[in-house]
Amino acid sequence: MWEMIEKGLAHNGLITAFALVGVVTWVSVLLSRHLTFGRVHSSAIAIVIGLILAWIGGTISGGQKGLADLALFSGVGLMGGAMLRDFAIVATAFEVQATEARKAGMIGAVSLLLGTVLPFIVGAAVAWAFGYRDAVSITTIGAGAVTYIVGPVTGAAIGASSDVVALSIATGLIKAILVMVFTPMSARFLGLDNPRSAMVFGGLAGTVSGVTAGLAATDRRLVPYGALTATFHTGLGCLMGPSILYFCVRGLVG
Amino acid sequence: MIIYGVALLAICTLAGVILGDLLGALLGVQSNVGGVGIAMILLICARLWTHRSGGMSKECELGVGFWGAMYIPVVVAMAAQQNVVTALHGGPVALIAAVGSVLLCGVTIAAISRTNKGAPLPALESEIAPAAAPAVAPAGGR
Repeated sequence: MWEMIEKGLAHNGLITAFALVGVVTWVSVLLSRHLTFGRVHSSAIAIVIGLILAWIGGTISGGQKGLADLALFSGVGLMGGAMLRDFAIVATAFEVQATEARKAGMIGAVSLLLGTVLPFIVGAAVAWAFGYRDAVSITTIGAGAVTYIVGPVTGAAIGASSDVVALSIATGLIKAILVMVFTPMSARFLGLDNPRSAMVFGGLAGTVSGVTAGLAATDRRLVPYGALTATFHTGLGCLMGPSILYFCVRGLVG
Repeated sequence: MIIYGVALLAICTLAGVILGDLLGALLGVQSNVGGVGIAMILLICARLWTHRSGGMSKECELGVGFWGAMYIPVVVAMAAQQNVVTALHGGPVALIAAVGSVLLCGVTIAAISRTNKGAPLPALESEIAPAAAPAVAPAGGR
């Protein structure tokens, strides 16, 4: 009986992955609502669960691809692979209204640029301090400090190893969680009470899930403004990470 | 037709990836340069362009919207296939890099929100920010 079920799941890998991620999301929604009382956004919890599953899968199989190394969950590799990931990220750009983007104006552009370069410098410096000396690893970890999307996209583009990519995702993830949890508490310090500062916040804080969750818990009306610049943030990071920033790092470390 | 939206998204993604590869070859690196970013810009342009001629049908937008909504689930699946076991051996790199960048960005947001105008001014203040960061750091600590 179990063999039949296992065969059915393994032969429909991608479908199994959809079901698995659905269950993970459902569990994380429950955890978000009852354990953190909505303070930590369910998507952040879902991603943490994903990382934990990757750790479990990696420990059981001894492989390099986390849960995807278990035959039963090989579909996770397809669902979370570069192809569908890039496809879904590009689709999010559809929600950006270019006319509204113009309202953000100069200050939005400046905050977007700073929001990419400043975290990158911090991340790259920390990577250097911890003994990473090759340009590819330093760039990937630095890009991870921008967002947990920019990290793996940059890493895949310049050929970083999987463990460095995982480290950059972990960096971006911790950042997103910090943004979510501490935004409502520090709203006054950040001056988060008008659309303009929300746009600055979205550009600088970056990660869409962190920004939208943080703003939602601060003042719901600010969410679209923060999300607007935050959506550009990932695109800008994906554009700059494997290009300008990588070249700068390569120029510095040789 | 939903497939029009999915196809538009596919064409933009492919064009972005190919242009990114091309850009990489032109710049002399063996990699894709900003392919996803280019694809996003193409999709925004495609949307603006169709707006001029009456806009897309609801179903067509659904074809793109569905994949946009799948973004977080795909990221969850992506997280589930990372080499976490090895990453954990990397030590506190992730934690320090994340905390550092959040603090620096928080100080910069506060600076820009307060000055509110003059593009180069916030940039200057943010460079002083790292030194000042520990003093104002526990912004959420109240």
